[in-house]
Parts: sequence; structure tokens; C-alpha cells
Amino acid sequence: MSEPIKEFTTTVPFWQPRIAPLELEQATDAQLEAMKVTVSNTKIGAYTLVLALDPETLQQRTPLFNGIMYSRGGLSRAETELGAVAASVVNKCIYCAAVHADRYNQLTKDEKVMDSIFESGEEANIDPRQKALLDFATKLSKCPSEATKADVERLIENGLSMGEVLDLVLSASLFGWANRLMHVLGDPLPQD
Amino acid sequence: MSIFETIVTKASNISADSPLAGALSLRSEILELTENSHEASLRPNQPGGLSLAERAGLACRMAKRNDESVLARHYETLFSVGSQAVADTNFDGGDDSRMKAIIRHTDLVTLNPKDATEDDVTALRSAGLDDADIVRLSELIAFVAYQIRLVAGLRLMAEVA
Repeated sequence: MSEPIKEFTTTVPFWQPRIAPLELEQATDAQLEAMKVTVSNTKIGAYTLVLALDPETLQQRTPLFNGIMYSRGGLSRAETELGAVAASVVNKCIYCAAVHADRYNQLTKDEKVMDSIFESGEEANIDPRQKALLDFATKLSKCPSEATKADVERLIENGLSMGEVLDLVLSASLFGWANRLMHVLGDPLPQD
Repeated sequence: MSIFETIVTKASNISADSPLAGALSLRSEILELTENSHEASLRPNQPGGLSLAERAGLACRMAKRNDESVLARHYETLFSVGSQAVADTNFDGGDDSRMKAIIRHTDLVTLNPKDATEDDVTALRSAGLDDADIVRLSELIAFVAYQIRLVAGLRLMAEVA
């Protein structure tokens, strides 16, 4: 078996669960409902099959995740992904960082921002608006949070509306959640 | 329910007449789903091997680890017999090897999720948790981490608005 990946990458790894995923044939109605399994959609990922062991939380979590990451209006898709990456770097969730850095790169057609964040972390050399977003999301992801009023003021000075700040808070906070599942319940392995 | 009656808006002291009311209203569905997720993690219909008393105690403990006293007080309102001991950050589980493993894991993933390894999952299993209970505990820890950060962020926004 290959060794888990230890360094940040934009190549999306394979996620190897540490918990045996639910066997689809043994799923209860509540588990099928939580996974939104339909006849035309029977290819379910290992992550969802692991989380389906607790269907009550999965049922609520999926629409919440999609609502924060893909809602229309507010913060751009790319900057929402930046909030996710910032949290994932703090929590060293290699898998989440890769997925969301890759999406950021696809949306912006610019790999320099993610390269700099993966290389230098909080010291990344990126434009002032992106840096303000990164710094705020990074500080909010610490335990306890280190974000301050001045960090929010800096976001506003860099042109964010309060609605956009809210979306960044939601994205960074959501990855405080997602990282604690992905990184704890599985390992990122190289794709074959 | 009104989004201004949810746990996160009340804990961050944002009401319907706040300058942030408009921005929050645009994300009302997310705030409602956050409230639903709170119910699913703290007061599930089928708690499995992690009792409601233990869930409330652990959530309060995590809030204290984050210096989040307002949410700590909220989780205290969900306490029942046994919660108080679990919420005490000086308590490590004592002679109860199952609770000792749960508390150790909760503190680790709350404070330093990056340090969690496969051995930490194995330790829970060795202490008697089955796979479903490990997922239930993980979801509880992860949801509370989200709720605490959302409240911290909203509170800072309210200071600026």
C-alpha cells in the first residue's frame, strides 16, 4: 500500500477511509435518503458511504455544504474556494486543500496564488485582496480564533461587501467542519 | 423559524434590526440548515452509542477550548445527568476508559486536527466505540468547530457593521 501524502498538492489524491464504508446493499431507508441515492445514481464515493453511518447529520450536511459553496450572489466561487483552502492549510487537510486549490485554479486560470500559499502558508505573496481573505480565513480557523475586528475592516477596505464577508466566514467555518472529517477519518493517497 | 431566533444569530447578538439583517437574510437557508445540523449533532433522534448528555457535555467542553463562553452556556442548557463532568476541561475521563478515549480524541481534534492519525481512530475502537459511533463523534466535533467559528465571525462583522 502506498504511503499517505504529507505535502500540499493541487493534484487531487485518492481518499482512503480509516472506517469501513457502508455496504450499499445493507443501507437503511434513512441512509439511502441521506445519500440521495436514486436508481440513476448508484456510484457513491467512499466518503459519503462512511458519513452515511450517521444518516441524521449527513442528511442536513449535504445541502448546507452545497449552499455555502455554490450559492448564487455574494462572494465569487473562486474566493469561496480560497476560504476553504485557508482552513485546510491550517488544519493540514491535504485532501481538502488539493480539491479546493484545484477548483480555485480552474476558476481563475492562475496557479500562482495556490503555489504561493502552499509554499509559504500565511506568508504567501499574493495580491492585497486575496491576502486579506487568506489572513482572515486563516485566523478564524485557529483554535481559538485569532481573527479580529481589524481583519474584517481590512476585508471591507479591500472592497468586500458585508454579504461577501459573511460568505467568507461561512466557507472558512465550513472547512473547520469538513477538515475534521476528511483528515481524521481517512488518508490522502496518490492516485494510481 | 426566523433566522434571528437561531442559536448562531442569538449567540452573536444579531437581531432583525441589525445592519447585518439584510446580508443574513440572503443566506437564510444556510442559517436554517445550520440549526438543523445542530439538532442532528446535539439532539439526534437516534443517538446510537453517544448519549445526548455526553454530546452536550462534549460540545460545552469544545466551546471552552475555543474560549467561546456564550456558546458554552448554550450547550449547558442541553445538559442532563453526566454532562457536567465531561464539560470540565480538568476532567480526563478518570477510570472510565471509554470516556477517557472520547475526551482525549475530542480535545485533540478540537485543538489540533492536523495531528490526528490513524492511531487515534484505532484508540477509539479499542475503547469500545464501533464505526458508526466514531462517525457520530466525528460529526459532533466537526459541527461544533463550524458553529463556534461562524459565531466568532458574525460577532466581528457586527462590530464593524
